[in-house]
Amino acid sequence: MAETSPTNLKTTPLFERHQAAGGRMVPFGGYSLPVQYPSGIMTEHKWTREQAGLFDVSHMGPSFLVLNNPSGDAEADHAAIAAIIEPMICGDIAGLKPGQVRYTLLLNEKGGIIDDLMVARSPKFAGSLYIVVNAGTKEGDFARIAAAAGDRARFSRADDGALLALQGPEAVGVLASLMPGVVELGFMQYGPYELNGQTVIVSRSGYTGEDGFELLCPAPFANTLWDALLADPRVKPIGLGARDSLRLEAGLPLYGHDLDETVSPIEADLGFAVSRRRREAGDFPGAPRILAERDGKLSRIRVGLIVEGAPAREGAEILDASGAAIGVVTSGGFAPSLGKAIALGFVPPAHASHGSKLQVSVRGRAQPAEVVPTPFVPHRYFRKAKAS
Amino acid sequence: MTTRFTPDHEYIRVEGSTGIVGITNYAQEALGDIVFVELPSVGKVLKKGDEAAVVESVKAASEIYAPVAGTVIEVNDALSGEPGLINADPEAGGWIYKIAIAEAGEIDSLLDATAYADLTK
Repeated sequence: MAETSPTNLKTTPLFERHQAAGGRMVPFGGYSLPVQYPSGIMTEHKWTREQAGLFDVSHMGPSFLVLNNPSGDAEADHAAIAAIIEPMICGDIAGLKPGQVRYTLLLNEKGGIIDDLMVARSPKFAGSLYIVVNAGTKEGDFARIAAAAGDRARFSRADDGALLALQGPEAVGVLASLMPGVVELGFMQYGPYELNGQTVIVSRSGYTGEDGFELLCPAPFANTLWDALLADPRVKPIGLGARDSLRLEAGLPLYGHDLDETVSPIEADLGFAVSRRRREAGDFPGAPRILAERDGKLSRIRVGLIVEGAPAREGAEILDASGAAIGVVTSGGFAPSLGKAIALGFVPPAHASHGSKLQVSVRGRAQPAEVVPTPFVPHRYFRKAKAS
Repeated sequence: MTTRFTPDHEYIRVEGSTGIVGITNYAQEALGDIVFVELPSVGKVLKKGDEAAVVESVKAASEIYAPVAGTVIEVNDALSGEPGLINADPEAGGWIYKIAIAEAGEIDSLLDATAYADLTK
């Protein structure tokens, strides 16, 4: 249980706040971040489901892609910037409305997932995208996007700032007490808001399955924003441990574990991220494979499992009822909201139907596991009634 | 009654020829909320250092090793329904198993309370 001392680790602008709060700092994605605070993962997890949890996710990769020579015609400029990013991903960016955020996938030529990311159309500036990628993949992603931009657009990384996530049913009430305008955002919408004369980029999105927000601010303002949010008794700081158990219950995949460069969007059960327009045009990397898989030529698919007994962790074999190995767990653990073990893993489609009785091998012993729909815990996103 | 400790943070409380084994308060704090305990079977024969049990926190599984050789004579079944007993009361209600000690001499090779306290400073 000895902890290696962090060497050559980057710190986020909130490092001292985590230490002062008793955060147990661990290396993660090249950064020193709190895995938990003194109250522990279970308490932090439940607090986020019931109140509002505050996360430091400054290790992630926020960035902006801005057209170099805008025409002034908002739609034409948006089409031009979308045309730069779309060839790398499977999402419809051209079709985004101002302020709309889309979850999409960066793909290789074989249709494997290089990263999962958010791409959003600026609500204010024509020809401008807000892009957030994962920590572990950001250097490669940023290089790809910058290369695609060439001299047509300026790519600027914003990961020298602070990225905070405020998640949970009380998140909107808390944030609105500081920035009243955020109530106008629906799930997967973003915009700039002001606090103490500072601009904060606020997106109504997250990685817990709850309503909530992700907030980008300049590094010198990070402590002020963190303190202002924590001043509300409904808010507690939450570490990476609960972030992982929350996203697992929400059935959300984690890059580098459930997703990697061999896994396609269809195998990952992320077919919704292959936008209809792109699918019909077949104009994204790996389209032949992905379209064939969508038509049923699929050898494995990601499923959710409820596991009886000990948690099945990443790497555990999935067995069929007869005990034959058919797949592998890619994320697994204990679900604090359910009081039982859950897992994500890949199995052949013949074993993927809900209710399918399988087994997982934990320390050499087969334990019962059943395929269930995900999310394991229902999402509670705030969706606005559709405007006409 | 003596209690001895291993560098892996198990304790063994010796009562006659029986040892009561669990993990220390330091260990439960480091592991965090325990959500599952895999108990050994009664009658299992263990060598010193054998894996005897597994405790699982939300994040990870940790093996619990036998501090001395012997035979498992009783397990704490209450942990199956309430694994959090290890967090709440590691050195009393959160005990894991009892072992019939094979060689009393092995107890002396373990850490005493002072040496263990030094280790976890």
